Amino acid sequence: MKPLRILVFTIVLLITVALAYILNNPIGKAPALGKFFSPQVGFWQQAEPYDYDYNQTIKLSGLKGAVSVYFDERLVPHIYADNQEDAVMAQGYLHARFRLWQMEFQTYAAAGRVSEIVGSLALDFDRQQRRMGMVYAAENMLKEMEADPLTKSLCNAYTAGVNSYIDQLSEADLPIEYKLLGYQPERWTNMKIALFVKAMTKNLSAHTQDLERTLALSVFSDDEMKILFPDIDRELDPIIPAGTSFAPATVMPVAPASRDSLYLRKGNDGIPQMIEQPNPENGSNNWALSGAKTKSGAPLLCNDPHLGLNLPSVWFEMEMSGPDINVYGSSFPGIPGIVIGFNDHIAWGVTNSERDVIDFYEIKFQDRSRQAYWFNGAWKKAEQRIEQIKVKEKASVYDTVAYSVFGPVMFDESFPGKKSAGKSLAVRWRGHESSNEAKAFWLLNHARNYADYENAIQYFECPGQNFVFASKLGDIAIWQQGNFPAKWERQGLYVMPGTDSSYMWQGDIPHQENPYQYNPARGFVSSGNQRTTDSTYPYYLPGGFYLYRGLTINNVLNSVYKADVGDMMRLQNNNYNPLAAAALPLMLQSMENSTVYGEARGFLDTLKKWNLKNDANTIAPTIFTLWYDSLKAAVWDDELGNLKEKGLYPNDQTLIDAFVKDSAFRFIDNINTPQKESWQLVVLQSFRKIIPEITALQQKNKLNWSAYKNTTVYHLLGKTMMPFAREHLPIGGGKHIVNAAQHDHGSSWKMIVDLSGETSAYVVYPGGQNGNPGSRYYDQFVDTWAKGGYYKAWVYKKGMEQDAHVKWTMKFVND
Amino acid sequence: MKNILLFVLTILLSYLSGAFLPWWSFMPVVMLIYFLIPVNAGRAFLSGFFALFMLWGALAWMMDASNHHILSQKISQVFFQHDKYPYLIMMSAFIGALCGGLSALCGSLARWALGKL
Repeated sequence: MKPLRILVFTIVLLITVALAYILNNPIGKAPALGKFFSPQVGFWQQAEPYDYDYNQTIKLSGLKGAVSVYFDERLVPHIYADNQEDAVMAQGYLHARFRLWQMEFQTYAAAGRVSEIVGSLALDFDRQQRRMGMVYAAENMLKEMEADPLTKSLCNAYTAGVNSYIDQLSEADLPIEYKLLGYQPERWTNMKIALFVKAMTKNLSAHTQDLERTLALSVFSDDEMKILFPDIDRELDPIIPAGTSFAPATVMPVAPASRDSLYLRKGNDGIPQMIEQPNPENGSNNWALSGAKTKSGAPLLCNDPHLGLNLPSVWFEMEMSGPDINVYGSSFPGIPGIVIGFNDHIAWGVTNSERDVIDFYEIKFQDRSRQAYWFNGAWKKAEQRIEQIKVKEKASVYDTVAYSVFGPVMFDESFPGKKSAGKSLAVRWRGHESSNEAKAFWLLNHARNYADYENAIQYFECPGQNFVFASKLGDIAIWQQGNFPAKWERQGLYVMPGTDSSYMWQGDIPHQENPYQYNPARGFVSSGNQRTTDSTYPYYLPGGFYLYRGLTINNVLNSVYKADVGDMMRLQNNNYNPLAAAALPLMLQSMENSTVYGEARGFLDTLKKWNLKNDANTIAPTIFTLWYDSLKAAVWDDELGNLKEKGLYPNDQTLIDAFVKDSAFRFIDNINTPQKESWQLVVLQSFRKIIPEITALQQKNKLNWSAYKNTTVYHLLGKTMMPFAREHLPIGGGKHIVNAAQHDHGSSWKMIVDLSGETSAYVVYPGGQNGNPGSRYYDQFVDTWAKGGYYKAWVYKKGMEQDAHVKWTMKFVND
Repeated sequence: MKNILLFVLTILLSYLSGAFLPWWSFMPVVMLIYFLIPVNAGRAFLSGFFALFMLWGALAWMMDASNHHILSQKISQVFFQHDKYPYLIMMSAFIGALCGGLSALCGSLARWALGKL
């Protein structure tokens, strides 16, 4: 042995070990490079062969019988099982097999656990989720789901199915997002099902402007707020048509005596801000035509829910069948059952009610320990919930949240931050209460007629939804279903005093008093997130409603005659812009006495010749949008000041109504200039202002509507993961348009069901069945979706195992 | 002949260890091979380097080809901001090669340090 040789060997060994160590650990944002690039365990394992063979036999312990899953050429699974628990267990397995990362990530986000995955940059988001009571809400739901024998057995079977996939997962088979972010999946639980439901509940019922509106009370009076944010729009065509008679209210909330002097008074400060909000555009279209209006004489039902466009999609298409059920449609990876779809007897779909079921109360704590608060003349003990937020590569953060009679005190001295500390506000949200929405879906999946449908939806409490229904028997219906608080006029629009019970919600609107229509004389039912009813409904109806899509849908449906599936496809892809139809003539008229030259004149001529359709390959929609936005800013921004940055902006129809009715509308005047502006002047000024931008866009070749709005389906990790996204989709449509494709938002699932003869359905969604970005099925439907195309759903029935549509078969057997 | 056998043995055992054990498990295996079978340090390094270059490169290339580059086009954008999937195969091959070469060198040097060469 020679010391020098040993030294040389030792040095080389150390270098080798150091290299292995470096390659086995993540550096900054990069994953562990050795592991990641190893063809045997790294990302190459997700490079799914183009002709991958999905045929497989899988052992599932806990199965009662055998389950067969037939995959068609679009990788849509058609489950056949002898009993419902087995079908749901297979569903859980398939959701995990194709979408494990997304379903786990979404439940992490719901529970305020993103910091565990990405580190402290998500800490504010996580704290807000905890403080808003997302986990508390899911716990309440879990209790109710597990108290019901039906949903308990469904959830248990679903969870077992997900876990049997997770348990056999090798490191090499981990979805690529785990490899990029460097973490491992944990076991699935029934609690995660509840968390998923609460994430959707938040998306659809927790967008709020209560805080911003309260701030606005320091600038405007409540009467001015009524002008800026009217209850009912002039052009409203409600979901339940005007003229429908409603029974008198059985619950009569009484406004507190101090309402005008205390609650609605001008002047307010110390109002905190939300960190993150669900997209207010989350909404949808749905409608059903009775046989009187269709070519076949049988009902047609259509639905397209508008959500953030994401890959992997929130939807997973599938069929679940057995001796007593055959249901097809779209499911949420994360919960059992089919959410929107049809069976042999009925079809159903949902849109969001947009009703306001989230309010804030100002809490007066006894001291900084926040252990007691003033309520009904005494100091009441607040429960303290300590939230542990684990942070990747750092110590856990502990956050103490006080719970009041109203709900969790979301904002206090410690949140959003010490610097921005304002008043202590408790949040009252219907989503906190126990409910069992999973049961509603399961019963709908099995419904055979109107009575079954009505029975099923009663379990749906929050978020309030417009459930559209059609049956083989020829019935159509729509119910605005949910458990809505009965509120007095203007209750909950602003932060309410929380020192006594006088401002609390006083009761709920009984289910039977929710607005609905059953086989109406006009031959159709529809909704596009507009206000449910006109002013004759006996309850106060606050909410964030949209006017225009409903107008277009009802105009078309009123005039259709002998409609067929093609007519329905054209309506779902309709690019008519009702906002432009209302605004542009007024804007052009205001320009009549002004002369414009050069290219500006050309742009104006383009608008004059425009057919008012936001088609992908035209420039007029871009010019109109720029001009309209410029006009909107000129009218509102001076008065709104910094409220605008905080997200408070009057609705488009409010501006149009003023333009139509009020030539001396006080908000047209720019308060920052000595002169008094008129409509003519602001319209002209706003037009001049956009000319340089239009020219610049033209030079960059981005003036075409689809290029300008750049509809993009982002990966769930957003802008940090653009290679997994689909950008620059050639699709028209936009805000207020039936074809709702905006930049990152739009129809997340489109379905048309024809209930004549053998039920047939046409479906599409901007995603693909396999969540793996390395699979050809990752974004397989995106281009068809962008073109406005559909796939005819192939429906399996027992005995069709040899059908040409069956490409692969998975067998599940008990082990 | 011995060199070719050694090269093939390195590929084979590295593949097997990677199939059942953590990604880095081929490193001690390669060390052991070049400790037990005498070759000089330079040859050991080159043999280990190219064996792993071949193994990781070929595996990546085959998986990429059967995938029609769907994934590699995306991952190469993540790492290189460019749609250059052949770089990705080269990068895999090179990472494997560097680990393989150094491990083989270690094995050979261990034998040399013990005075057995």
